[in-house]
Amino acid sequence: MAFGRPLLRRSYQEDAAILPTWFQKGSLVFFLVTLTLAVLGNGFFEWLPIRLFGNTWLGLIVLTTIFGIAALGLNILVGVTGQVSLGHAFFMGTGAYTAVMLGGNVGKEESWKACVPFHDNLGLLESQGECGLGLPIWIWLPMSGVVAALIGIIVSPAAVKVRGLYLAIVTLGLVFIGLHLGRMLPEWAGDFESGRKWPKLDIRLWKEETPLIEISEDGKWFGLIHLTEVQKEFFLIFAILLVMLWFAKNLVRSRTGRALQAIRDRDVAAEVMGVPEFKYKRTGFAISSFYAGIAGALFGAFTGRVSPIQFGLLLSVDFIAILLIGGAGTIAGTMLGTLFVELLPEVVESFTDWLAGQLDSGGPIGLMANFLLTEGGEGDFGPISIATVAPGWPMSVFFWNLVIFGVLIVVFLIFEPLGLFGVWLKVRNYWKGWPFSY
Amino acid sequence: MSDNKILEVEDITLRFGGVTAINGVSFHVTEGELFAVIGPNGAGKTSVFNSISQVYKPQEGDIRWKGESLMGKRPDAVANLGIARTFQNIALFGQMTVIDNILTGRHIRMNGNWFDGMKWFGKAKKEEMENRERVEDIIDFLEINQWRKFPVALLPYGIQKRVELGRALAMDPELLLLDEPVAGMNLEETEDMARFILDIREELGISMVMVEHDMGLVMDIADRILVVDFGKPIGTGLPDEVQANPDVIAAYLGTELSDEVA
Repeated sequence: MAFGRPLLRRSYQEDAAILPTWFQKGSLVFFLVTLTLAVLGNGFFEWLPIRLFGNTWLGLIVLTTIFGIAALGLNILVGVTGQVSLGHAFFMGTGAYTAVMLGGNVGKEESWKACVPFHDNLGLLESQGECGLGLPIWIWLPMSGVVAALIGIIVSPAAVKVRGLYLAIVTLGLVFIGLHLGRMLPEWAGDFESGRKWPKLDIRLWKEETPLIEISEDGKWFGLIHLTEVQKEFFLIFAILLVMLWFAKNLVRSRTGRALQAIRDRDVAAEVMGVPEFKYKRTGFAISSFYAGIAGALFGAFTGRVSPIQFGLLLSVDFIAILLIGGAGTIAGTMLGTLFVELLPEVVESFTDWLAGQLDSGGPIGLMANFLLTEGGEGDFGPISIATVAPGWPMSVFFWNLVIFGVLIVVFLIFEPLGLFGVWLKVRNYWKGWPFSY
Repeated sequence: MSDNKILEVEDITLRFGGVTAINGVSFHVTEGELFAVIGPNGAGKTSVFNSISQVYKPQEGDIRWKGESLMGKRPDAVANLGIARTFQNIALFGQMTVIDNILTGRHIRMNGNWFDGMKWFGKAKKEEMENRERVEDIIDFLEINQWRKFPVALLPYGIQKRVELGRALAMDPELLLLDEPVAGMNLEETEDMARFILDIREELGISMVMVEHDMGLVMDIADRILVVDFGKPIGTGLPDEVQANPDVIAAYLGTELSDEVA
């Protein structure tokens, strides 16, 4: 490839590359190196001034990574195949519970009864039923994807019968079925409120005591690097994300991906071109659910304890928001959307906390803090409440986050249907042509 | 042109509830022929196409492709037999680029599955490169090189029509169904399209069925013509014969009132 002329392509292979220019390849490497350094911080490289991400932030980034995997899956279904689904949380749940059944602790007693959580007379949880097969991660992680995909295949005929909004409602039904099952099957889901424990991410060959690669405890990796638990989890899950990302990109640039897009754009024309609608809608559902299943399993394993309530409608809506804000149908947009939706609330909260610390500092920042924040006292005004209990106006940060979220979705739908990816395209094209308008 | 009949439509009838859209239409297409179907608006021409590609399922009659009945097959199965078509109101995949649209036409000539696609290296990559070459040939042939990376929804109408023709050609079809290939085009675009159609016929030897309202074009390039009105066939023959047929003239220009009363 010619360095001086990045747009010169000399083969179809170069033209089909995921990162066609050296600049893009370099950017990716730069991003990965920066991210690694930021995560390792001065725990490993003493010359680095700070550990950029504390455990709270790093934990949040790991969650974002997990949600990114699930969002990639929904993008394949909604953005690429054009089938609106509100059931993504259900498929995530399917994966999570497959993981816990296959990889969870082996119950002390043989009978299934022992798996049911037991409450005493006062309704307090006395025994946490825990049953699983105790299989290693290389079985339960892929299987959670496969089982979710199978359920997706079972659901997919609905997509041939109903379209658009109706399909959204049908898939919405799945979420409620899932919640109901969570309540009805405590031997699977554990206690409805407190959930049950998930297997750790340790990589074992079989059921041996010391894992091949230790993930769930701080310690040295391969006798080389000292890492904390969250750091290890980050590297494992981020590697999984990269692989899934690569798979998704490849899918979209090959025969199956084009067939899916054809069905999205014109289903009748697609059929007349020899693309069987049913088969490819099924493929779309299966792949999308596979991603959700993997993400669900990782979510359970990373958080350690999940209750069925978490796989509810709100989670599904979160994913739809990710796609709308990021830009449905584009993989880069999906990633941007995930970052934005998952990290924005925390950014707003940290900012408010920081501002609250500046209240008495005087100067412009102190003034701004005084203007924005309020503890609800006499003559103390401001839109953001930092009082412990904040009903109604002024609203707490939590409610402000919800408002910002809702407003953003509306704004993106109206002004930038391509989402953050569209914004990025506009900025890029502006600077490409600068100082000419085009 | 030979006498080898490749497509035989035999007495098909298509009803939507009480409306009979096609009423006993029969015709055949021989190898290498350019057959035209004409008729006033709402005569059922496009319904005939939709019946051949089995988007609509006629209640009566039979449609045979090289002796094999198409009735009851799925549209994609019909496409797999080598029958391609274009649409009256362009039905391109709007958000995909020109290259991707035409590559989608190659779908039936490729066979990598989702797993091959996901791992890319190996089958998918090889297949993509080979078929991309074929797509570039078609792009050259239709002279749409400058548009190849554009999402088709952004392209001018005339170019979109060409891309659609290209997508159908990419299927390497044996029969091409063209639904109003020059509808809404200006004189120059019509002439370009007519040249492409003749080139396809002469260079690639693909048989074609064409629905068209542009009588000048039809009379110039069609070998034989079927005229339908209100779903009924009212005449088949060479362009000169059809032009002279009084029923055809009546269908297009109307008859005198006295005739109808009588």
